[in-house]
Amino acid sequence: MSIDKDKIKHISKLARISLDAKKTDILAKDLSSIFKFIEQLNELNTDNIEPLSSILNEPLRSRKDVVNDGKIREKILKNSPQKNEEFFVVPKVIE
Amino acid sequence: MSELTKKSLSELANLIKKKEIKSEELTKSFIENIKKDKKLNSFITQCDETALKNAKNFDKKPNFDCLLPGIPIAVKDLFCTSGIKTTAGSKMLENFTPNYESTITKNLWSEGAFLLGKLNCDEYAMGSSNETSYFGNVMNPVADNTVPGGSSGGSASALAAELTPATIGTDTGGSIRQPASFTGTVGLKPTYGLCSRWGIVAFASSLDQAGPMTKTVKDCALMLEAISGFDEKDSTSIKKEKENYSKNLTKNIKGLKIGIPKEYRVEGMSKEIDKLWENGKKILKDSGAQIMDISLPNTKYALPTYYIVAPAEASSNLARYDGVKYGFRSVKGNNLIEMYENTRSEGFGDEVKRRILIGTYVLSSGYYDAYYLKAQKVRKLIKNDFDQVFQKVDAILTPSTPTSAFKIGEKKDDPISMYLNDIFTVPVNLAGIPAISIPAGHDNNKFPLGLQLIGKPLNEQKLLNIALAVEEKINFKQVLKRWWEK
Repeated sequence: MSIDKDKIKHISKLARISLDAKKTDILAKDLSSIFKFIEQLNELNTDNIEPLSSILNEPLRSRKDVVNDGKIREKILKNSPQKNEEFFVVPKVIE
Repeated sequence: MSELTKKSLSELANLIKKKEIKSEELTKSFIENIKKDKKLNSFITQCDETALKNAKNFDKKPNFDCLLPGIPIAVKDLFCTSGIKTTAGSKMLENFTPNYESTITKNLWSEGAFLLGKLNCDEYAMGSSNETSYFGNVMNPVADNTVPGGSSGGSASALAAELTPATIGTDTGGSIRQPASFTGTVGLKPTYGLCSRWGIVAFASSLDQAGPMTKTVKDCALMLEAISGFDEKDSTSIKKEKENYSKNLTKNIKGLKIGIPKEYRVEGMSKEIDKLWENGKKILKDSGAQIMDISLPNTKYALPTYYIVAPAEASSNLARYDGVKYGFRSVKGNNLIEMYENTRSEGFGDEVKRRILIGTYVLSSGYYDAYYLKAQKVRKLIKNDFDQVFQKVDAILTPSTPTSAFKIGEKKDDPISMYLNDIFTVPVNLAGIPAISIPAGHDNNKFPLGLQLIGKPLNEQKLLNIALAVEEKINFKQVLKRWWEK
């Protein structure tokens, strides 16, 4: 299946990645060839095959919901690109 | 250059235990080599000062009752290291300093080792040549202008060039085994769930697995012993007894059955690779193993399946990079959504964007069944192939890669030809089973080539034993001209 520029614009919107016209062109070309390659899978009949959901034989373990660290607010905030005392700062979302 | 850095990890650990060398002396020798890393570009972050401090502390109060006493080790910059920058080779994490330590590195340090530095890799481990790193490509010590493979390219390069005695990488589709093959080193991808993924920057969570990269098979056993084990923090970690891989290592492989899959004889494979494979078969036979022809009929569908599953998981994992809590944030944009879009556009490189878009597309409404569900079904078929074959054989022998290391830029503009590099390594990740690549010869350009041994789940010991038997008979020698130091 060929992937056109409109499709790239749509997916990049979903993925929250802005693209200029040149990048959109290149990606349309790249993704078209990649999907052509991927679509080899259509040769296989998989009607009665169960999809693999986990490669582990056991089900995933859950752990107790307990606090095992904490009190590291300052350390966490240190990595933030923009902060104000105790908060992460983002562009205004409410008028 | 110090003779010490030439030695294997096992030899170094023994020298320290026998008090013949001090950790400080050893650490200084590696730091001397790292000083000349500029042309290789294998390090993103050097930890000279803390490494020397740790070495001195070890010498003052040595503990010899551990696997890696006083050994400095550099690791792929995908492992979170507390207080030390962890970039994943991306602009997005250029200034990210974790507050916690990955389980794997923590395991290394509790066996007496300490951090020597953080090694370059493809951005978010997405690449097969280390050309997608924001911090520039890495050179292969084997020859100038040649890729070391990827994504653990910095790890492979630093190891081969004697800038670290051993290292760890991660392998999602071949990222340990392919660079090991390209640099003449040993690389093991363990069974999914054997080594904790906690604290590793995530790429594709159902495929990612950390593993050792070393000069010898014995070193590989030692490193695997140090890093493996159950971890409560990783919900996919397998609960089992820890194994003594290094102690139980034996080259006695009499009676083992080794399968040769006909589907790995791909079109256009060079005579050199064919010869390498034949030689591997012969060595195994001479060691008392039985060679059997086998078939893994869905092999050719592994790569297309991988390029649905891995990007799908990546697009989901990388959704967290929004420029709010950590990492890069763009200054452009008038509202929150524009800030997200510009942050991700400027913070991610081309290959990462390409994969996020592929993943977003295959998971998007209306396409999920056609791509993602289809891929999960084919993944089942690929796993079934291995399950069936492993009822008859103990391990499988294949080449590690279809070619030797290629030139920088040679495949950069053609994603499919780049992806084809992983044709022999990807099926193993899809099936969650272990595999090891060992250096097995050279091509006409004197570039190293590797052989891959694939095993049953949790059969790492058997794989290491077979690898040891092959390693001894192949007697691979690599003399580097150390061109990067000139």
